[in-house]
Amino acid sequence: MNLATSYMGLALRNPLVASASPLSQTLDGVRRVAEAGVGAVVLFSLFEEQLRREAAENARLVDAGTESFAESLSYFPAAAEDEAGPRRYLSLLERAAAAVELPVIASLNGVTRGGWTDYARAMQDAGAAAIELNIYYLPGDPRISGRDVEQRHIDVLSRVKDAVSVPVAVKLSPYFSSTGELALRLDEAGADALVLFNRFLQPDIDPDKLAVEAQVGLSSQAEARLPRTWIALLHGRVHASLAATTGVETSADVAKYLLAGADVVMTTSALLRHGPEHATVLIDGLSEWMARKGFSAVDDVRGLLAVPSDQDEAAYERAGYVSAMRKANSGIYQPW
Amino acid sequence: MRATVDGNEAAASVAFRLNEVCCIYPITPSSPMAELADEWASHGRTNVWGTVPAVVEMQSEGGAAGALHGALQSGALATTFTASQGLLLMIPNMYKIAGELTPAVLHVAARSLAAQGLSIFGDHSDVMAVRQTGFALLASASVQEAHDLALVAQAATLRTRVPFVHFFDGFRTSHELNTIELLSDDDLRALVPEELVQAHRSRALSPERPFIRGTAQNPDVYFQARETVNPFYARVPGVVEETMARLAQRTGRRYRIVDYTGHPEAERVLVVMGSGGETVKETVAWLNARGERVGVVQVRLYRPFPAQALADALPPTVRHVAVLDRTKEPGSVGEPLFLDTVAALTESFSDGERAVMPRIVAGRYGLSSKEFTPGMVAGVFAELTGERPRRRFTIGITDDVSGTSLDCDATVDIEPPETVRAIFFGLGSDGTVGANKNTIKILGDEGLHAQGYFVYDSKKSGSQTVSHLRFGPQPIHAPYLVRQASFIGCHQFALLDRVDVLGAAADGATLLLNCPRPADEVWEALSRPTQEQILAKHIDVYTIDAGRIAREVGLAGRTNIVLQTCFFALSGVMPREQAIERIKTAVTKTYGRRGAEVVERNQAAVDSALDGLHRVEVPDRATATREPPAVVPAYASEFVRTVTAQMLAGRGDDLPVSALPVDGTYPSGTAAYEKRNISELVAVWDSDICIQCGNCSFVCPHSVIRSRYYDQANLKGAPDGFRSAPLDAVGLPDTRYTLQVYVEDCTGCELCVQACPVVAPGSAGRKAINLAAREPLVATERENIAFFETLPESDRSRVDFGTVRGTQFLEPLFEFSGACAGCGETPYLKLLSQLFGDRLMVANATGCSSIYGGNLPTTPWTTDADGRGPAWSNSLFEDNAEFGLGFRLAADRHTELARRRVGELREQIGPELVDEILAAPQLRESELRTQRERVNELRRRLDKLDGPTVADLQSVVDHLVRRSVWIVGGDGWAYDIGSAGLDHVLASGRNVNVLVLDTEVYSNTGGQMSKSTPLGAVAKFAAAGKTVPKKDLALQAIAYGSVYVARVAMGADPQQTLSALREAEAYDGPSLVLAYSHCIAHGMEMRDGLDQQYRAVASGYWPLIRYDPMLRATGGNPFLLDSPRPRIPLADYTNRELRYRTLTNSDPAEAERLHGLAEQAVDQRWDVYEEMATRGAPHFAADARQDRG
Repeated sequence: MNLATSYMGLALRNPLVASASPLSQTLDGVRRVAEAGVGAVVLFSLFEEQLRREAAENARLVDAGTESFAESLSYFPAAAEDEAGPRRYLSLLERAAAAVELPVIASLNGVTRGGWTDYARAMQDAGAAAIELNIYYLPGDPRISGRDVEQRHIDVLSRVKDAVSVPVAVKLSPYFSSTGELALRLDEAGADALVLFNRFLQPDIDPDKLAVEAQVGLSSQAEARLPRTWIALLHGRVHASLAATTGVETSADVAKYLLAGADVVMTTSALLRHGPEHATVLIDGLSEWMARKGFSAVDDVRGLLAVPSDQDEAAYERAGYVSAMRKANSGIYQPW
Repeated sequence: MRATVDGNEAAASVAFRLNEVCCIYPITPSSPMAELADEWASHGRTNVWGTVPAVVEMQSEGGAAGALHGALQSGALATTFTASQGLLLMIPNMYKIAGELTPAVLHVAARSLAAQGLSIFGDHSDVMAVRQTGFALLASASVQEAHDLALVAQAATLRTRVPFVHFFDGFRTSHELNTIELLSDDDLRALVPEELVQAHRSRALSPERPFIRGTAQNPDVYFQARETVNPFYARVPGVVEETMARLAQRTGRRYRIVDYTGHPEAERVLVVMGSGGETVKETVAWLNARGERVGVVQVRLYRPFPAQALADALPPTVRHVAVLDRTKEPGSVGEPLFLDTVAALTESFSDGERAVMPRIVAGRYGLSSKEFTPGMVAGVFAELTGERPRRRFTIGITDDVSGTSLDCDATVDIEPPETVRAIFFGLGSDGTVGANKNTIKILGDEGLHAQGYFVYDSKKSGSQTVSHLRFGPQPIHAPYLVRQASFIGCHQFALLDRVDVLGAAADGATLLLNCPRPADEVWEALSRPTQEQILAKHIDVYTIDAGRIAREVGLAGRTNIVLQTCFFALSGVMPREQAIERIKTAVTKTYGRRGAEVVERNQAAVDSALDGLHRVEVPDRATATREPPAVVPAYASEFVRTVTAQMLAGRGDDLPVSALPVDGTYPSGTAAYEKRNISELVAVWDSDICIQCGNCSFVCPHSVIRSRYYDQANLKGAPDGFRSAPLDAVGLPDTRYTLQVYVEDCTGCELCVQACPVVAPGSAGRKAINLAAREPLVATERENIAFFETLPESDRSRVDFGTVRGTQFLEPLFEFSGACAGCGETPYLKLLSQLFGDRLMVANATGCSSIYGGNLPTTPWTTDADGRGPAWSNSLFEDNAEFGLGFRLAADRHTELARRRVGELREQIGPELVDEILAAPQLRESELRTQRERVNELRRRLDKLDGPTVADLQSVVDHLVRRSVWIVGGDGWAYDIGSAGLDHVLASGRNVNVLVLDTEVYSNTGGQMSKSTPLGAVAKFAAAGKTVPKKDLALQAIAYGSVYVARVAMGADPQQTLSALREAEAYDGPSLVLAYSHCIAHGMEMRDGLDQQYRAVASGYWPLIRYDPMLRATGGNPFLLDSPRPRIPLADYTNRELRYRTLTNSDPAEAERLHGLAEQAVDQRWDVYEEMATRGAPHFAADARQDRG
């Protein structure tokens, strides 16, 4: 079975990509995921703001109790004062890139102009096969306009593209007035891939403890519908590769994304739930399904059920999207 | 190249570049030399020959000296850095190193020795104690000299083969920042050519050309062999002089082994060594400019004593010589430098080299960094003018006991007017010192000469700092505090009421206040004496709310940068714009390594500072009626009022000799008199929802949370705000409960809040004890505390000692220490004092616990209402287990003696009482109380008897109540320097209890690695992460079979801690309790200390165990594993502490590797423990003492 896939020009042995998760926080985790057979690995995100806050916090702890008592004017060796910076991340990236045969993609969430470009360059130097921009942006200021937020995405992408030569992907949030238009603009601005979609890390509240819980919930299969629909719409309309993420639990979910037009399918939650070895199950299941359906190459599957870009009404109908929408509008679906 | 460094860095910079091996051990004030060497080595910096020196921390200075000796004998260039007791521990090796003519330099920050009390400060007691070892002694008087003479010493030792001690004054020179010219690598290589190094190597032990060195010698040859070295010593003065001359050729800085400065026809001369020489030299110039004929002989080479050079240096006109020694040798004819001077001049005179023998007198000065000022120098010269100057004198103190002290004029000011002088009063936590260090570097970079010296408090929390800064166009030779300042910065408004902030303000000085009030309210907020000082000295007052600005830019509490900016603006040392730019550059330089966020916040502080700066309108007369509050309350003892209070007010220097105890004995419990009010937020009890569990009181490190229960009738007369609740206990109706917070002593550490299990209904997170602003509470709480103290104390015999809840009613006899806010050690000590306080003897190893436990002015160990309480003493660092064993041996002998005498007097005393006393069990508190009553009765009966046996019994009768001997110390003591002694004492079988307050680093000296430091943690001397796991002291002790062993963590299981301490105490044999003590050196929020303890246990890193030999004796398994299997990943514990995170940041791959190994170690140890917990009794070592039958 030929599962070979091209993603942003990177040659992948199959379309399954392990996306950013706690598994990719250690070299061992990256190795296990790679051994399980995925086509590429996206490391967890480097958060510039978190690094800045950590550095400030560490500085405060290094200072605590210093210059107070003549015998102990400090409590740490000078090295403890050093800003951690991206060193931890880059070291993992470097070791991971050297340790596994497949492409290791770095993920970046910057805050400052310099942060985006400097870190991106450092990631490229450390061996990142590509860089995924995790433009996770929650404006604290409600007066910022939607257009400004969109422009910010374009600016970040352009700057990083100027700074590095490796491919650059943009991981998007679905919450734009016109997600499609933004996707096209990013495509024009040179995005090598669009990753759909980012999930907001929305904290929960524990009514028993009366406390906010920062836990991240794992995604469920039902959540796949939104990205799948957008992928189906964008397939063939952008030059950028399309990566699907969210809600991949079984090989059927992988197949669905591919049919909708995804170049690669990313999974996190399933690997966390079942262990990295679950990747093998997904890939084998994909091969089996393809064999059963008579496909010999994954490229033959890709986009079969996408919304056709040639505006062929019949094809449109065939893809079932319009009828699904009509059904929804006619009250067959009762979401509330 | 010019740089602004302190004496330690100046010396270490040369030592590091000229050695291959540094064998070190931390000791104040020399530790920074070793720490710098370690830091440089960890960055791969090389010596001048391209080798990265090996920096090896040893278990003690004795160990460092041994390793040094071995390295030298094997041909390495090796050094060490030490001071005080550390140098004493090196003495045996020093004889060996010198006896074998081995070139080496020991760099010493000279410090006092522990005598009637320990002192970390500077004098020559330590170096004078090694003058007989055969080492040459070379003294540096300034930061520049510490740099230059480090080189001279290294060159001279290699040329002469005589080893050197190169020393400079602890703190005064070691910690003074000054602008110096740096020696280049070429300078070093020029004076220490490689041939000398190779010659040293050629003398090394080698199996290629074997010989034997270190023989045992007999009466036939030892003496002669000892005399063989004479020619080598004879060469030393000449070689040092010559080396100094070569240094002068290269650098222009000319030193002599004995330097004379002054009038060529001087009549009066002082002989002095060390930093005091700088002061004398400057004062001599000043006096001569005023027509006097005086001079100074500065001795730089002290051993071998350059008698000829000294005699030659002294002008023939001299008639009076005063030799000043910075040490004391009780019982001697005079101190060493004096005796040497007398011998040199006498010989010179009797040999006919001198026509006139001057009169020579001896003075002591500057012990323990006592100030030595130009006024004092002038005072000594004045004494020499008299017909018969005092033969022996002291200067700088008032000796009203032996009458040794000379008068001096404190107002003498010899400093050039172009030198700007400033003093800053701040807190350790506000960053004042750090900012001033930056200021000095900024000024140094501007081409000015700058000097900084910093005076710290004796407390670790809320401590005050005073920074003394000088700068000007000329080099600054003023090794004494600023006495006339043109700028005073008072960075904490409250300090105005506590210390004499304006005492050293010059006329017309500028005062910068940090005050939260608007500028127009500042004047009224000052006390009357402060207003009067401002008016009398014509002081220009400015104010700023630096706290607000710091908060606004995200630097809450760190007001340093704001105030530094104001200083530059007001002092006019450079144009404002330029100053602001320079500060910003300095901020980037200093904080750059800490990341952009830190830099940006500090830059913002600079930008916002000047907007908030306002001038205070000073009226023409004092308007305030407010006096500063009394230092101690009027009801304090006379000693506290007259002596302690003086020390507290910063006037300890004025105390005369007669005020002080002759043998280092001080009253207990003085910390209670010092109401420090160091925290803006303090604990407040919510009586409505409290469940009276006692957790908050149990964990309070500062003993500020007290509980009592009492009959409600006692509430009569309670102040309005006094809170109480019905006691939550069955069978005690009409009984009230009060939890009283001593708000003026509370440090706001928040551990109580964290420990409180209650959440208030209708709230999100409010507890039954919470933090609230102190200021509005103080007045009412003072009344409440006064009332609380009138309530009857809970009856100890009715308190359940076995529960945490019960212990809250036991009065703590350890209170209000100056330990860090949220200290992890002190709750254990407080608990000890609650459980056993009235019969407790504590032998305390030097370290944090001896400092917060015994550092004057006030101390925390206190007494109960009967006047009983812990008897506490500190001997040394290395000998504490042995010291405590001595307590036990004495107690055992005296108990036996008392029992024998009681038996002998059975009939006279009354057989019934005697039999009861002798047969009394003394394990439970009720039994102990009954025995106490019996002994009280015995005393009464003895008072009516007489005779020698009665008197003898009376002298030991206390011992009929069982004493509880506790040996307390940190891991630096237990795992390292005192390890052998501890091991021996545990093996002794004697009934002593050892409490190890395990912070896993040397906390008191600033976080150096010990053998308790865990794998993967970063500490000083383990900057690359510790690669050897922590020693399992518990298993070592268990191996003896006769030792009760427990590992406890109060934050994880307070009940287990309580049980362990009680079982250890009850066990008739040696006990070892290892107590997890979170520490500021772990790099975490101290309020999370208990949570971290929980995580340490839950991750399996710190398994709670008890090993009770008594259980084995009865056939049970003596090994109890008290904590459940690991249930959180190790990372959930380690990631929360900077000591672990640092390596993750600096070397992520290594951190991952070490973390993996640490995880394995946790699992492996757990397996071992679990297996042990299931073994049968016969599988453990027998306690031979039990088997005796």
